[in-house]
Amino acid sequence: MTEFTPLMSFAGGLLIGLSAVTLMLFWGRIAGMTAILGGILPPLDRDWAWKATFLAGAVLAPAALALSGVKVEFETPVPLAALIVGGIVTGIGVTFGSGCTSGHGICGLARFSKRSAVATLTFMAFAFLTTFVIRHIFGGF
Amino acid sequence: MRYVTVFFIGALFGLGIVISGMGNPAKVLNFFDLAGTFDPSLIFVMAGALSVAVPGYAVIFRRRQKPVFGETFVLPKAKLIDRKLVGGSAVFGIGWGIAGFCPGAAIPALGLGHSSALIFVAAMLVGIFVARFLSQADFFAAPAKPTPVSKT
Repeated sequence: MTEFTPLMSFAGGLLIGLSAVTLMLFWGRIAGMTAILGGILPPLDRDWAWKATFLAGAVLAPAALALSGVKVEFETPVPLAALIVGGIVTGIGVTFGSGCTSGHGICGLARFSKRSAVATLTFMAFAFLTTFVIRHIFGGF
Repeated sequence: MRYVTVFFIGALFGLGIVISGMGNPAKVLNFFDLAGTFDPSLIFVMAGALSVAVPGYAVIFRRRQKPVFGETFVLPKAKLIDRKLVGGSAVFGIGWGIAGFCPGAAIPALGLGHSSALIFVAAMLVGIFVARFLSQADFFAAPAKPTPVSKT
């Protein structure tokens, strides 16, 4: 079980939304992790520098939080093989689907993109289905 | 200065992810487990993010012709809902349901120093390169059709 955290989750969501809005205001870009991460992989995008800087902030801020002694709840309930298979499958899916939860799910929905609405409904539905099959048909990991 | 702003914008994103619980695979998988240990918290993440992003984007696009740094807003031009979008998203959903990480959550989770995030991200990079290779090889392109015979 994980604790139900509506307030912290909402507060974290506000920060994610604020990040998306400020990136659009200052840089005119969508805060989508798939495209940002893809842009710093070879062959580098021409505008890789802002993407690398965004990623540095996204990694270092949680690191600073953890180092300052704030306890962040974290548990990996799946075995190594599931991390590897899930990682490869995720990488393939977001590349073909041109986006993930941040790009389609937040930025795309926020600008009322039909493509993003279809993508979001699809990946959410398949995630619910996959978890159901793994946990309730195969009995979990 | 431009890069200082984007560093802090990335930091906001990373903090939002870990504070919200989105960066915790146990919480994400419990969200997906409607029939079991369901934890509805992540609905609140989406609600929080959209409650800022929807009005925020609307105001920016109404009031401004261009961003503070740069000449245009760079928005995806694709409009077509095709097999690639739907198929790719379905595959991503399967991966998300297997491991409990999505890309935007795994990157900030790296900062927390857990090895599972590192393993997931490394595997995801492999997946990204596999997909790029398959796209280049035109693996999913429709089979070649016979050349239509001209009737003129």
